[in-house]
Amino acid sequence: VSALNELRQLKGAKQEATDNKAAYLFLLPWLIGLVVITIGPMIASLYLSFTDYSLLAPPEWIGIKNYQRMMSDPRLLNSVRVTLTYVLVSTPLQLGLALLIAVVLNRGMKGLPFYRSVFYLPSLMGSSVAIALLWRQIFGTDGLVNQVLRGLGWSNPPGWIADPSTALYTIILLHVWTFGSPMIIFLAGLRQIPDMYYEAASVDGASKWTQFWHITMPLLSPIIFFNLVLQIIGAFQSFTQAFIVSGGNGGPSDSTMFYTLYLYQRGFANLEMGYAAAMAWLLVLIVAAFTFVNFLLSKYWVFYDD
Amino acid sequence: MTEIANQPAEPQVAITTPIESAARPTHRPKRTYNPVTSVIKHVVLIAASLLMIYPLLWMLVSSFRPTDEIFRDTGLIPANATLDNYTYGWTALDQPFGFYLLNSAIVVVGCILGNVVSCSLAAYAFARLKFTGRTIMFAIMLLTIMIPYHVVLVPQYILFQNFGWVNTFLPLIVPKMLATDSFFVFLMVQFIRGLPKELDEAARIDGCGHFSTFLRIILPLMVPAIATTTIFTFIWMWNDFLSSLIYLIDPKMYTVPLALRAFLDSTGQSNWGAMFAMSVVSLIPVFLAFLFGQRFLIRGIATTGIK
Repeated sequence: VSALNELRQLKGAKQEATDNKAAYLFLLPWLIGLVVITIGPMIASLYLSFTDYSLLAPPEWIGIKNYQRMMSDPRLLNSVRVTLTYVLVSTPLQLGLALLIAVVLNRGMKGLPFYRSVFYLPSLMGSSVAIALLWRQIFGTDGLVNQVLRGLGWSNPPGWIADPSTALYTIILLHVWTFGSPMIIFLAGLRQIPDMYYEAASVDGASKWTQFWHITMPLLSPIIFFNLVLQIIGAFQSFTQAFIVSGGNGGPSDSTMFYTLYLYQRGFANLEMGYAAAMAWLLVLIVAAFTFVNFLLSKYWVFYDD
Repeated sequence: MTEIANQPAEPQVAITTPIESAARPTHRPKRTYNPVTSVIKHVVLIAASLLMIYPLLWMLVSSFRPTDEIFRDTGLIPANATLDNYTYGWTALDQPFGFYLLNSAIVVVGCILGNVVSCSLAAYAFARLKFTGRTIMFAIMLLTIMIPYHVVLVPQYILFQNFGWVNTFLPLIVPKMLATDSFFVFLMVQFIRGLPKELDEAARIDGCGHFSTFLRIILPLMVPAIATTTIFTFIWMWNDFLSSLIYLIDPKMYTVPLALRAFLDSTGQSNWGAMFAMSVVSLIPVFLAFLFGQRFLIRGIATTGIK
């Protein structure tokens, strides 16, 4: 089902008679893209991370100074903390909710297409500027949420987006709101679990709860794992929502200064391209570390059934 | 975890053809339900659905309200419905809003054409042809799905700037023509693998080369995968903000997301009505894509596991 499983299988694959000429022709656009748009720039970015480069003068080699500077840049360290909070809070919530709703919807539910559509729609719109603008209103000091809260008798609710202690959580909520796409993947995965497992368990007197933990969870675990890996990688790269909700500055008091937002500011507002490249490579390392740990931990909870 | 889970986990998973399985109708035996729990379940789900789409409905209704009313009325029935927000919002920026819609449409159409052509060519090679370096290239293709975009952001900008492409749509479109959206390649590979190989062999016997096999046999059968690619590319690029922000500086080149952001900067908090109205306009194409393409979207994410 997943790209990760594909990667596992590649180990030990064998080659037979070849069709090189035709194959490379078909692959030509992809190969050019790989070299010019992906791998070339990655190498260039690694080089630039050891330079001082402002676009106006040629890059100047400064060794590991960018990396040293990062380690003592309080705004950068803060942006790492903000981004980690965002990733570690929103991803489990989003996937947990997706799983919960998928399990509730799965078992021969009436009205499934309706519910599925309603829950899925926000995930198509969630990354748009329009929804981020809406969020600014809803969680503004006099926005929809506070109107409702005042109506309920809370005379002085916080100004969610204006308050540094809550601003990040409005963006986390926006991310959780888009649980529809992992939900769809879980629904497809749940369909693959043969009904007879549940029937046999029922005959043996297993409760729904036991069935969930002993049948659904193990059999769905590869799909949960796959989603976890990709959602974490994606969450680290979130940008638009923080940019729009904070009005482009990561405020109030840097409380929504996502790593990507700080990288954008350094690179494209201050033209510190060398520093931005070093930041990008630190991001790659962080994301790679998370993915690696995910793979390490997976052997304790992910179950492959064949 | 369980008896099942305690079996040694083999690091191998059979290649399923998820497109078939996702589309397969389920023939579940009817179970007996407790009508009370069933009703409770529906009540909770309907409440949850309402909570989920309330912000969208409220924005839609509010776009027909005067701004001061937006900040008072939390309901869904407009007291003084008006089109003022739309007429004002449409002309509030340098260009009429239709101009930005057109810019976005150009970008989106270019990206769709690019993705469909380049990804299907690459997918055919990966799915059907044997060639030197196939394993390693396929692995690289899958790995590129997981590389953060930001690591290539700075050098790509420098590259495209040297080409003189800043303030053109080329930095957004050209990468798609070079199949850099690997997940679509993966999606199409999965799809082609599900097609019977006998079709290719029959075409080969009839004298078709690889290109005509691809063009006459595989491509027509790939319509569902192409539809999924088209709709996802459409929605993602319609919503795209970061690359547009970096490359499109001149307001004449603004796409819809940049125009909305300019709205925020120019009218600030003062004209929420007009901002809501143009936000609604910007979401209509996404909603239509959802309405008519839902089938392909759901199939697509069930296949690749990518949002």
